[in-house]
Amino acid sequence: MTPHIPEPSAPLLAIRGLSKAFLGVQALDGVDFTLRHGEIHALLGENGAGKSTLIKTLTGVYRRDAGTVALEGREIAPRGVEEAQRLHIGTVYQEVNLLPNLSVAENLFLGRQPMRFGLVDRGAMRRRARAVLSGFGLSVEVTAPLGRFSVATQQIVAIARAVDMSAKVLILDEPTASLDAQEVAVLFGVLRALKGRGIGIVFVTHFLDQVYAVCDRITVLRNGRLVGERRTDELPRLDLVAMMLGRELEAAAHRIAADPAAHDDADTDARPPLVRFRGFGRARSVEPFDLDIHPGEVVGLAGLLGSGRTETVRLVFGMDRADQGKATVDGRPVRLRGPREAIRLGFGFCPEDRKKEGIVGELSVRENIILALQARQGWLKPIPRRRQEEIADRFIRLLDIRTPDAERPIQLLSGGNQQKALLARWLATEPRLLILDEPTRGIDVGAHAEIIRLIERLCADGMALLVVSSELEEIVAYSRRVVVLRDRRHIAELRGGEVTVDRIVSAIASEPASSGSEGALA
Amino acid sequence: MIHRFLPLVVTIAVLVVGFLLCAMQFPNFASLRVVGNLLTDNAFLGITAIGMTFVILSGGIDLSVGAVIGFTTVLLAVLIEQGGWDPPAAFAAALLAAALFGAAMGAIIHVFRMPPFIVTLAGMFVARGMAFVLTTDSLPINHPLYGDLNDVAWRFDGGGKLSLPAMILLSVLALAVVLAHWTRFGANLYALGGNRQSAELMGVPVARTTVAVYTLSGLLAGLAGIVFSLYTGAGYSLAATGVELDTITAVVIGGTQLTGGYGYVLGTFAGVLIQGLIQTYITFDGTLSSWWTKIAIGALLFVFILLQKGLLAAWTGRGGEPAEA
Ligand SMILES: Nc1ncnc2c1ncn2[C@@H]1O[C@H](COP(=O)(O)OP(=O)(O)OP(=O)(O)O)[C@@H](O)[C@H]1O
Ligand SMILES: [Mg+2]
Repeated sequence: MTPHIPEPSAPLLAIRGLSKAFLGVQALDGVDFTLRHGEIHALLGENGAGKSTLIKTLTGVYRRDAGTVALEGREIAPRGVEEAQRLHIGTVYQEVNLLPNLSVAENLFLGRQPMRFGLVDRGAMRRRARAVLSGFGLSVEVTAPLGRFSVATQQIVAIARAVDMSAKVLILDEPTASLDAQEVAVLFGVLRALKGRGIGIVFVTHFLDQVYAVCDRITVLRNGRLVGERRTDELPRLDLVAMMLGRELEAAAHRIAADPAAHDDADTDARPPLVRFRGFGRARSVEPFDLDIHPGEVVGLAGLLGSGRTETVRLVFGMDRADQGKATVDGRPVRLRGPREAIRLGFGFCPEDRKKEGIVGELSVRENIILALQARQGWLKPIPRRRQEEIADRFIRLLDIRTPDAERPIQLLSGGNQQKALLARWLATEPRLLILDEPTRGIDVGAHAEIIRLIERLCADGMALLVVSSELEEIVAYSRRVVVLRDRRHIAELRGGEVTVDRIVSAIASEPASSGSEGALA
Repeated sequence: MIHRFLPLVVTIAVLVVGFLLCAMQFPNFASLRVVGNLLTDNAFLGITAIGMTFVILSGGIDLSVGAVIGFTTVLLAVLIEQGGWDPPAAFAAALLAAALFGAAMGAIIHVFRMPPFIVTLAGMFVARGMAFVLTTDSLPINHPLYGDLNDVAWRFDGGGKLSLPAMILLSVLALAVVLAHWTRFGANLYALGGNRQSAELMGVPVARTTVAVYTLSGLLAGLAGIVFSLYTGAGYSLAATGVELDTITAVVIGGTQLTGGYGYVLGTFAGVLIQGLIQTYITFDGTLSSWWTKIAIGALLFVFILLQKGLLAAWTGRGGEPAEA
């Protein structure tokens, strides 16, 4: 089949004057958006700018209030995802997790299973699933339930499904949030190949590096309005940020480069640690490790996906029970039998998979924020309503959570704002040790800087932090020490001046035999 | 992939072991006659439970099935005995009525976003009430075709036979397995039960699927009502009271998750037979009160739910990263 590339007389997709209001929020206000054949077009904006709403209104998940959409010059108005798919528009929605109970193959082909004699041809489905995934460098057991795989694998399956369906338009709403650098590179390869076949791609992300790596054009939204459309090569990064925020990003926030003073605080080590782990580990999860965390210190965990970072923090928080080793808090031995125990000890944990483990969609923003604090106090001692409102309002201001008011059900907030609320939940407990798994994922540039500043401020107040992040610049910016993991093992510990992106990368890449200074634990 | 089928395997193993135990205790037990009777006696329950399995897989519940069976038997009796209808025409009318009733409940559940529990509970009262409006007495059905249909059977040596209800049950089972695993509708049901929002964003026609699954459950309850009326030869407005709970029990014993998304039709079939087996055991024994059936089933249900919880935790737990090439 040779792809038919129509004369680009009409743009592939032309959106004109699109509007959508929700109760009390004008999410889209007369937005224009043009997608050409064979281009990758970034759709950018702050959290709550209206990116996801634009996508959902376009594909018929929401009914639009006004505006037109033309596909190759023909007006379309899909009334639902199914109809959009039939128009060859494939979409990965921001919140989609696919279906954990179905097999990988079933997820890929749901609604478009290969048929034979009127029945689903399961054999063909398996074969085609393997073929599709191999295009993404993924060879997994396609008959296994999707829920068994890591978030990253699930995300790749979701992307593969959309790519396989999008003969004309592919829409990706923050598809790379859980992917590591190598997986992102594979994805970009696929996107470039699609682009070569004349397919138009809409790409929503908060990673500006990725925008400049693959996108041809950029459209920026702010508060539901179109700010402008530019060619990527004509828009310097600072101008882009200014377009998104509507103001310059303050100089202080730019300081993402390493600040040596942050790493060099010799007397911290002399103080007794807040928590100390010795030979702490769990079979088939992570090899035994030693780890000290002092008050006021940020310890970063770096490593590739599946290297044992998430497993380490799950052990520290008692979500998985360690089967060997000792843990002490303030020098006293403790047994971390579960999260409740950990919370009682003053630990907090903001998980990676926030959709599944984090927000309670029906509850209000306020209730979500005070949830952990209330749980620690016990449900028999309710926090007075006034106090709840104070706490919620404080964090809504502090983290710039975009919501009309604190009583709105949290599921109506944009993805990035939900994540900020989740972070607020743990900050509200004023934990002594806060564990953050990918704290800035899906959070826009402005808030990103805000959160890093907040982290620094909290540490100055004596809180200890254990942070998992795939963004090495970010880790380097705020960590005093960095533990590097590989193959479920702590292979190196970098401190002070050693904390640089290069050192972390070379530790990850080093041969297993010549591992870092702190030594591998056999 | 042994894990995935484990609940199913356990249920079938319990059935087989139970049968062997009975056979060891009662010499006449292991015969085609007993097996044939087991299928015949539980045919209406099995047919209903298969419909219930689909509803539960999709993340819903249908509490109206027992009342729909009762209503169907009364409708048949009234149409045939008082209206002078031919039984085939009456059967068609009953199936249509039951299916439409299910469709209406499905539509209400979808359009008004009402919990299935409430809607079908109301449906239960409506169907039972309609049966009472038709008649409060037990109406015998004396049409000659009823006798003929009851004689239809595939006979084996030694007195065993596969009766018409048993044949209907086995046919429904075969069709249901195909529907669940070899059609798009089946996949959509599992998808809906897994996560409604994700299913919708993946293009599953939620409205159509929801209406269809309750229609199917209604239709099968109607079919079960026909079988029940053949079996008892009467229409009675209190017939099949509490059958909705027996079917839900069979579904759960069969390994289907009450929250939807996980389970197998075949498991439900085994669940029905396990219940039937306990009943048969008590009949054979002769000294035990029939209430022991309920107690045994209650205990079994409890054990199975615990087992499933454990299995599901082991199954969906972080089973390790996939091999990535
Ligand atoms: N279903 C809904 N009901 C009510 N309000 C909504 C709904 N969906 C979105 N909104 C509101 O519309 C606005 C735009 O949200 P949208 O999800 O489009 O933002 P976004 O640009 O995708 O942000 P993010 O980067 O955080 O994902 C937000 O103020 C949000 O609270
Ligand atoms: Mg969004």
